[in-house]
Amino acid sequence: MTLLGYFSLWLALVVGLWGAITGFVGGAQGRADLQQSARHATFALFGALLIAVISLEVAIFRHDFSVQYVASRTSRNLPTFYLWSALYSGQEGSLLFWAAVLSLFAALTQLLTGGRYRVYLPYVAAVTSLVASFFVSVMLFAANPFQRLAFTPMDGQGMNPQLQNPGMVFHPPMLYLGYISITIPFAFAIAALLTKKLDTEWMVAVRKWTIVSWLFLSIGLLIGMWWAYVELGWGGYWAWDPVENAALLPWLVMTAYLHSVMIQEKRGMLKKWNVALILGAWVLSIFGTFLTRSGVISSVHSFTESPVGYYFLFFLVAATAATAVLYVTRLPLLQAEATLESMVSREASFLFNNLLFIGLAFSVLWGTLFPIISEAVMGVKITYGPPTFNFVNIPLGLTLLLLTGIGPLIAWRRASTANLQRQFAVPVTVGVFALLILLVAGMRDGWALVAFSVGAFVVGTVVQEFARGARARNRQYGEALPFAVLQLLSRNRRRYGGYIVHIGIVLLFVGFAGMAFKTETEATLRPGESAELKARDGHVYTFTHLGISQYNALNRQVTAALLDVRRDGKEIGRLRTEKRQHVDALGNRTFEPSTEVGIMSGLRVDLYVVLAGLVNGTEQAVFRFTINPLVWWVWFGGFVLVIGGLIVLWPGGAPVAVKGSKASHVQAGYAVKLEAAP
Amino acid sequence: MTPGVSRRDFLVLAIGAAGAGAGAGRGAGGGAVLQDTTSVGRVYDPDRAGRAQAPVTAADNDKNVQALEKRLRCSCGCGLDIYTCRTTDFTCTYSPALHQQVLRMLGEGKTEQEVIDAFVAQYGQVVLMSPPRRGFNLLGYFVPGLVLVVAALGLVWMLRRWTRESQVAASAMPAAPLRPPPDASPAELERLRDELDRLPG
Repeated sequence: MTLLGYFSLWLALVVGLWGAITGFVGGAQGRADLQQSARHATFALFGALLIAVISLEVAIFRHDFSVQYVASRTSRNLPTFYLWSALYSGQEGSLLFWAAVLSLFAALTQLLTGGRYRVYLPYVAAVTSLVASFFVSVMLFAANPFQRLAFTPMDGQGMNPQLQNPGMVFHPPMLYLGYISITIPFAFAIAALLTKKLDTEWMVAVRKWTIVSWLFLSIGLLIGMWWAYVELGWGGYWAWDPVENAALLPWLVMTAYLHSVMIQEKRGMLKKWNVALILGAWVLSIFGTFLTRSGVISSVHSFTESPVGYYFLFFLVAATAATAVLYVTRLPLLQAEATLESMVSREASFLFNNLLFIGLAFSVLWGTLFPIISEAVMGVKITYGPPTFNFVNIPLGLTLLLLTGIGPLIAWRRASTANLQRQFAVPVTVGVFALLILLVAGMRDGWALVAFSVGAFVVGTVVQEFARGARARNRQYGEALPFAVLQLLSRNRRRYGGYIVHIGIVLLFVGFAGMAFKTETEATLRPGESAELKARDGHVYTFTHLGISQYNALNRQVTAALLDVRRDGKEIGRLRTEKRQHVDALGNRTFEPSTEVGIMSGLRVDLYVVLAGLVNGTEQAVFRFTINPLVWWVWFGGFVLVIGGLIVLWPGGAPVAVKGSKASHVQAGYAVKLEAAP
Repeated sequence: MTPGVSRRDFLVLAIGAAGAGAGAGRGAGGGAVLQDTTSVGRVYDPDRAGRAQAPVTAADNDKNVQALEKRLRCSCGCGLDIYTCRTTDFTCTYSPALHQQVLRMLGEGKTEQEVIDAFVAQYGQVVLMSPPRRGFNLLGYFVPGLVLVVAALGLVWMLRRWTRESQVAASAMPAAPLRPPPDASPAELERLRDELDRLPG
């Protein structure tokens, strides 16, 4: 099977290069036979890579430890659940996964894109095939997943305990899906630049793909945060790790694009800017991959240092240069069709929104690279840690949150003073009211106060938008208000789905701000002894150590501590935190013992308990108790954000476009269907 | 943790209260049995629970010590600060040692700043979670803000030019009615706005 997999990688390389050549040449010369061949090459490429993936999975499930990748990532007693995720838990396998998913997206694009966008398809096939070929060549020449060992060990080394968590089964694929699918909008952008068909139409073809990848990337980031929180044990979910930042960068750029593309669709402006955002998001995604895999910057995510980094550096530089040259030569074709009428308009507010998104992205990139810059320029190694990131980025993030509330209140083209007063009265009142309540309640943390009151302002904006829309429908069609709200959502999915995303963002910020009120303590407890911790909201939590138990599970020896938990003396439940010593099928210990956090999650606070260890091998144990306020809001906010994104993405909606007019081409949001041409 | 547990405990208590006596010994709800602090048994296999831990001292929990350690980076390569590393990664041998070093220095009567200076002298600037705000490092702190401000000013300047151009263009054309008729009711205006939002262009 591994031989089959290896050969299919070579086949994929040949087919991929063929697809790239026929795509570019066929597109340039207008030769239908070559174009058709490029299209078929994407399907063949997917087939070849699928065979490679299946081969590797078969090797993993059969415990074929003659394959280096299988021996170093899995063991006989690894739970089946994690055998699946072993595919992408290491460098080589994740490259294969990446290439396979890209080829799937590429094939789907060829199948689902119809009608007037077909003109772009040969180039799209060429670009996706070329990118996939690059990944395949990295595997073939630097990181072969099918590499054999000189001998076959009795059992594999097993999977890193920290990766043995449900979050790790879903976080990498989701993040990869987001990361990888950016290639599709990028390929369309390149195709549009090459064909010189740069009207707003191609934007329509890529917008849905961009939302798809934005949504996957959002889900991937959120699950990654959740994994960090429940598994790593430091009680937080975002550490400004270089690789987290690398995933955040394309997300920020894509979010900027999803806003500014509206101006292009409505007013025919910002064409250069939007193309640049799409190209930039993709370049940043490759840059992130380079960071993760090169070991240039140390990070918890780093794969072992390997020559793979040089491949990615070369690819990054070459692709960026080619893209930049192409972009610059096409700039004269990207003239705006309209001009701005007023500084106080929705267009202008979108521009500032974009400025902040890109500014934030630049700031995160700057912080990530600054240690390298400092070492290169001054020869001084420095640490650009979370405190520095927070210092620089919290103000930017909160300004962005403020714009989330301001943007929708300003009219398109030109807003009058009366209009502004009417729009802002309620949301501003809500925000100020929230601020006053919090001040009276005794909250004194500056950033948190800003976050909560600005969040209230944004919620005020969104509720007002829904209320006005629903009332208008109520008057016009006599719909009952709840039904009218549903109708708003279903008829104008982009606008109202977008508002729901905004609500999700507010909830996320509420969760982030909650971290300002974290309290923690360490304690040594014998069975029966208690530790008390007072939360910032005044409640006192009592943790009583009930005892230690040890038992064996499938691939680990567990030491579990059970704690009785009370709030203000009233029992609210029990928490269990563990030490896990992983073993292979022969009973040999693998890895150092890992810690399993005990978490009791609620609307107000999360109780977060870590078993540090035992004193002298007795039941006397050392614990760290943390009270993390409002963490639940982060997960719930993420959920709302994803729901909002799905509403925006859902196909269908009211057909509004006026057929046959030029306007129907500009009307992007409703006419696009990711289906075969009619 | 779950309602089920409390219900069971409630049941146990209820049975105990009814005189059955079966649940009295478990008494998790009552709390009386939990106060025994004398007996500490050895666990079956201590090695499974990782490295043995020393009992927590008051200095470990001292807020000032923690705040100080949150400013210093652990040298094990984890990228975390000393406090977070020593309370998270219990396999790390560096952070407990660095913690002891901090305690020793404070015990010698050093001020927090002196401890930090001593760490910088020993390990270099890289030991600080936030680089000192001076010299080249200022770029690290303030370049993003400055770039943003400059870009914002540039944007405002550009917007002004654009709006002026469009006003010149507009004045050359016959004036179009920008505002709706003044006698429209708020409801009608709202409807109009709603429809306009859905229309292209």
